[in-house]
Amino acid sequence: MERAVQGGRNWNSASIWLLYFVALLPAGWEFYLGVTDNLGADPVKTFERFLGLWAIRFLILTLVISPIRNVLGINLIRYRRALGLTCFYYVLMHFSVYALLDQELAVHAIVADIAKRPFIMLGATGLVLLVPLAVTSNANSIRRLGKHWLQLHRLIYAIAICGAIHLFLATKILSIEQWLYLALLTLSILHRCIRPFTKRQRLVNTAAVKGWS
Amino acid sequence: MTYKTSRILSSEITPAKVWLQRRDVLTMGAALAIGASLTQSGHAASLAVSRSDYNVPDKPTPKKDVIGYNNFYEFGLGKEDPAAKSGDFKALPWSVKVDGMVARPTTFALEDMLKLFPPQERVYRMRCVEAWSMVIPWDGFPLSALLDPVEPLGSAKYVAFESIVRPSEMPGQRGAFQSLPWPYVEGLRLDEARHPLALLAVGVYGETLPNQNGAPIRLVVPWKYGFKGIKSIVRITLTDKPPKNTWNLAAPSEYGFFANVNPSVHHPRWSQASERRIGSSGLFGSSRVPTLMFNGYADQVAGLYGGMDLQASF
Repeated sequence: MERAVQGGRNWNSASIWLLYFVALLPAGWEFYLGVTDNLGADPVKTFERFLGLWAIRFLILTLVISPIRNVLGINLIRYRRALGLTCFYYVLMHFSVYALLDQELAVHAIVADIAKRPFIMLGATGLVLLVPLAVTSNANSIRRLGKHWLQLHRLIYAIAICGAIHLFLATKILSIEQWLYLALLTLSILHRCIRPFTKRQRLVNTAAVKGWS
Repeated sequence: MTYKTSRILSSEITPAKVWLQRRDVLTMGAALAIGASLTQSGHAASLAVSRSDYNVPDKPTPKKDVIGYNNFYEFGLGKEDPAAKSGDFKALPWSVKVDGMVARPTTFALEDMLKLFPPQERVYRMRCVEAWSMVIPWDGFPLSALLDPVEPLGSAKYVAFESIVRPSEMPGQRGAFQSLPWPYVEGLRLDEARHPLALLAVGVYGETLPNQNGAPIRLVVPWKYGFKGIKSIVRITLTDKPPKNTWNLAAPSEYGFFANVNPSVHHPRWSQASERRIGSSGLFGSSRVPTLMFNGYADQVAGLYGGMDLQASF
């Protein structure tokens, strides 16, 4: 019995590390293609867009964990922290490429972009809001913040709104894929609005959160 | 504009006579077969081109990028889609109908245009509204050369352009998801159209236009954003009313009729102050350069817009 529990924990932990590895592979591969001049005519824009799209994909994956549990009864919550953090890493890389390679660290241009263009402003807001979530994504913070932890982490819905509008404004014409992502983000947000936190659910959530700490 | 390039022109390698003989073959009835081979990317035919004085000193963008990185939504939204998905497009035979407020409405066959208006090489800057840019050696003839023989009436104030609609050969024009209304349309004021820089391009890099670049004939207006350069033109109409243009119809607050390159008039969603030059190699070889007023052609074209509020008429 003890061994089985131990084995389960090891598998949990191994599968989460595997998830991080697989989740960050696309960024590593695309970076390699970029460095070796295999990203086409505009490698900076291609890499920047690529990282942004993957950030959106991991944001969606993070958000659908709880609807999947509520609707389908499949509990994947032990992977949610890894998915959320991966989203944060992709947003961070996306912003770094924008600032370092696209704008070439022209601080005045970046500040002007963030101040004047709602599209950039929303992206930057999403990144800033992700920071406290990433910083408090450890067991210690969950214990210390208690019920405030859940309140704080509801920021993910504000981040989802920023991300969705940022994506919507990023291109001249949206592709079918982008429309799909927008639909999934909207559905996730709506699902949270329609099913607000009940006391019972909060308990379940807290238990689940503590379960993987 | 006294800049000259030192590159070897294709005209120095391929005598004009050879090209003219090719067209005789076309008229002998093999138009379809040869047409297909002429216009497929990578199999473009060389063009007889003369030099011009309209060349910028900037280093031309590598050919692979000029013919591999395109916006041509008739073939798809991705930048690589036009090169990858335009293989079915048949650019020959082709003719352009010139009508509207003209004394002599005329339909020009492509081969007649090449005979009447011998192409010259022009190395122009190309600035996309998406804030990237290229330097492209076009081969073509001034739009005014086509307008003069049809004799525009005094009442004509504008020139309207219309692109081809051919869903069977253009994957972006079929299916449930259509990005824009077709045909793609554009327009210029008549004085803009008559400016010597306004070019009808029939080739690039000394060869006939690949499908993805707007084969077989397209507009190039180097002081305006790239979307003004309507591709695969089938009709040119002189009119007294401001013509519609596709991007203005799609998003009037973002894309104007004039669409002059202007670093101080920003797209509502992004800055137009600078641009990334396409064709630098790899992630770390990128270069961002400041965007110039009228794309660097202010000395030649600023006079067209004297007294106009360029913030309002963007």
